Amino acid sequence: MTSSPASSGTSPETDGAVAGMRIGVVTFPGSLDDRDAARAVRVAGGEAVALWHADTDLQRVDAVVLPGGFSYGDYLRCGAIARFAPIMEPLRDAARGGLPILGICNGFQVLCESHLLPGALVRNDHLHFICRDQRLRIESTATAWTSTYQQGEEIVIPLKNGEGGYVADEKTLDMLEAEGRVVARYLEVNPNGSRRDIAGIANERGNVVGLMPHPEHAVEALTGPTTDGLGFFTSILKGLVEA
Amino acid sequence: MTPAAATRHPDTVADAVAHPEREQPYEQLGLKANEYADIREILGRRPTSGELAMYSVMWSEHCSYKSSKVHLRQFGDKKPETDTLLVGIGENAGVVDIGQGWAVTFKVESHNHPSYVEPYQGAATGIGGIVRDIISMGARPVAVMDPLRFGAADHPDTHRVLPGVVAGIGGYGNCLGLPNIGGEVVFDPCYQGNPLVNALCVGTMRHEDIHLASAKGIGNLVVLYGAKTGGDGIGGASILASETFDDGGPTKRPAVQVGDPFMEKLLIECTLEVLHAGLVEGIQDLGAAGISCATSELASNGDGGMHVVLDRVPLRDHTLTPEEILMSESQERMAAVVRPDRIDDFLAICRKWDVDAAIIGEVTDTGRLVIEWQGEVIVDVPPRTVAHDGPVYDRPYARPVWQDALQADGPTSLARPSTAGELRDTVLRLVASPNLASKTWVTAQYDRYVLGNTVLAQPEDAGVVRVDEESGLGVALATDCNGRFAKLDPYAGAQLALSEAYRNVAATGAAPLAVTNCLNFGSPEDPDVMWQFEQAVTGLADACLELGIPVTGGNVSFYNQTGDVAIHPTPVVGVLGVVDDVARRTPMGFSAPGDVVLLLGETRDELAGGEWAHVVHGHLGGLPPRVDLGAERSLARTLVAASRDGLVSAAHDVSDAGVSQVLVEMALRGAVGAAIDVPAGLDPFVFLLSESTARAVVTASPDRVAELEALAASHGVPTARIGEVTGGAELTVRGAYGADVVWSLAELRATAEATLPALFG
Repeated sequence: MTSSPASSGTSPETDGAVAGMRIGVVTFPGSLDDRDAARAVRVAGGEAVALWHADTDLQRVDAVVLPGGFSYGDYLRCGAIARFAPIMEPLRDAARGGLPILGICNGFQVLCESHLLPGALVRNDHLHFICRDQRLRIESTATAWTSTYQQGEEIVIPLKNGEGGYVADEKTLDMLEAEGRVVARYLEVNPNGSRRDIAGIANERGNVVGLMPHPEHAVEALTGPTTDGLGFFTSILKGLVEA
Repeated sequence: MTPAAATRHPDTVADAVAHPEREQPYEQLGLKANEYADIREILGRRPTSGELAMYSVMWSEHCSYKSSKVHLRQFGDKKPETDTLLVGIGENAGVVDIGQGWAVTFKVESHNHPSYVEPYQGAATGIGGIVRDIISMGARPVAVMDPLRFGAADHPDTHRVLPGVVAGIGGYGNCLGLPNIGGEVVFDPCYQGNPLVNALCVGTMRHEDIHLASAKGIGNLVVLYGAKTGGDGIGGASILASETFDDGGPTKRPAVQVGDPFMEKLLIECTLEVLHAGLVEGIQDLGAAGISCATSELASNGDGGMHVVLDRVPLRDHTLTPEEILMSESQERMAAVVRPDRIDDFLAICRKWDVDAAIIGEVTDTGRLVIEWQGEVIVDVPPRTVAHDGPVYDRPYARPVWQDALQADGPTSLARPSTAGELRDTVLRLVASPNLASKTWVTAQYDRYVLGNTVLAQPEDAGVVRVDEESGLGVALATDCNGRFAKLDPYAGAQLALSEAYRNVAATGAAPLAVTNCLNFGSPEDPDVMWQFEQAVTGLADACLELGIPVTGGNVSFYNQTGDVAIHPTPVVGVLGVVDDVARRTPMGFSAPGDVVLLLGETRDELAGGEWAHVVHGHLGGLPPRVDLGAERSLARTLVAASRDGLVSAAHDVSDAGVSQVLVEMALRGAVGAAIDVPAGLDPFVFLLSESTARAVVTASPDRVAELEALAASHGVPTARIGEVTGGAELTVRGAYGADVVWSLAELRATAEATLPALFG
């Protein structure tokens, strides 16, 4: 478990180089965890940059978080409308160019709908929305967002979704496993019926990661069940500094 | 398609003058003959059908508080001396100063009847309505809570109502991005045909951001923005429509509103942006009575006049009649008063958030609310007579004839456990009972994490949210009510509800500051019910005065009865407290092995109306536990000071099912066991099950316990060391009728967590 940062939101990192890193957080209409994602970036020591769905300028950010929520109300399939937001066009190109992108919950759904990640997220098998402190195992530290974790490390972070069941065809699932692209797996309880207990996946290059649980809600001991989620944000900042 | 309404001629003011004899369906709209006569007197003519629509909804019990007003005045008359109240009763919600330039607004409202008819939408729109009350004060909503009451847990209809209500609260609240930090889930057969769905919202703002509902400034524009107006939530308007017009068109409208949380989320962000940009002179949400309420209240609170062109209201159903437009309760709408030179900026922000906006009128100096439709005047009234000068009734009330017999039938003859084995079984039975069992099945469907400021949430004693990320300033909120106590003695019952919420807030380390309430009762036309109401309001007002915390607002829900059988009087009380630094909050779970467990307060043999009598014997009678507000205040001061000085590692308020339930919950929450001794001179059963008030169980490390005891003594609070946190996997009570009672935590957890999933899947 990582150490607890101060409740004031100041950074545990004092490295000036980290502080210069700009992480964009996209707000779609209906995004809810955008403030939380921005706070997590700041707690990890980076600078959070607000990106608006209707803009097409990525403002020279070094990485992007697509936050949780219910973009456009999720009245069609989750993420199906956000995919067509103006900001997604430059983002798709940048992703293919290697820009690190983390999609959390609704953001994961947007990444799948945008075909930046394979598979889809469907209604929880038990049909209820569920909010719980979820144990996960980090299965891959080879991504831009998980490099500071230990391979096989177990973490507990909040999970909250109504449509979090990860599905893909067997061939795709086998490929993800074979290529080490399963980033995190549910332990103890599979909370939503995800195939092979998959909680998060990465693209081939490892710069784009989608994760159903919420690391941004576990960055302060005061408000989270743990501070285990901080690693996603320190990983990206560390990687950017070293790059 | 040609809109049907366009071909109809509305009932105009000119018609009302020309045809004074036309019969009007005021009774079907819920108005009494004397009320209709009053309207004719005010106007000097018969009302138009549009005016009748407005008066009927605004003079309804729900909007006018006509039966409760005479009693609710006590909250103002008995208001304690306080400088914390920035905005008092009468506005959309009261506003409290919490220091450091921050203000908090909070309010609880009922959505009982709609939630019985259509549980999902009823509960969802209950959240939507209370959230709009909060944003119309200029505050950002930061959390919600839901005090819920259902019929018997094993009744088939509870299986229809509860899952829908919980899904509706979750579906709407989760989609708005507001953490749900607490509330109550209570089962009792008295709520079978009248479930109570109350919704509380709390919002925060800087002092300078407070906004009020008033239409000031002649020539300023009235803007309706948010969702388009449809036919949902129209109660009596369809009667008017069918009375006035006999041609086709949809007449019977669904009476329950349908919510769109995505639109509400946009409305929150859009509203806060226009408010913070300084573009708004006055603002009002559209809830019950829709445009009728918003226009008449804004005009009444402002310069007194308004001219509205109803044709400009954006509609999603073009067949609506003007009366229906006036009465529609379509959700996710707001009205703002905006200066002409700022209107372009206002509309630009609406466009940014994809929110429809229409200028529907302007502020005038005529002293009249004038509404036109297709170029003709259909409403011309003094707005105050609609919004504020409705009828007031001092309804007859009398102590029910059965009250004495109920109070005389105490629990003294009920069989009590007399061996360690019986005590063990009794506690397990209570732990498994629906009212005491784990509520995780419910609360797991709510997002408690969003916004990242939730410091404590259910099952903790109170929800605690951080307000200022720099200083750690935060607020705590709890709602409580034991309807059985209120049935036994409504005056004491309301005070006990306040005592419990006050104690819950203090247990987390927060200093109680202000009160809101949701008064759920049967029919005010029944003198028995009216007596219960009068007693409860008086009890609550007296207790708030004594505790020095003002009532900032509230809500009354009458007619919660099936046939002539009313629910238990259920005055739900919400208490708001302030924590200087949320890092100092006191959680409820046992933590460090070796910590000393102490019971603060005095335990008496008080079991009437309690969980034991209810669950084990199905008995309700006697007098509820003694109210001792002085002891509550001393206990609260001890708990707050102990938290601030770091003397306690955990604290939990003692209420339902007494100390036994508290110990079980503290052990399960911390996943750590404890060994407890029955204090000398106390009967083990009374020690474990009595529901005496003004008590809490706390833990302290051995090196701080003497300091804690000295602190309690300085406040006159009795303390008893009752055991220690062991670190083991068992909860043990030693010396219970000559033996030890041992429960494994695994057994307790399985028992507590099995009940709701077994009932609701």
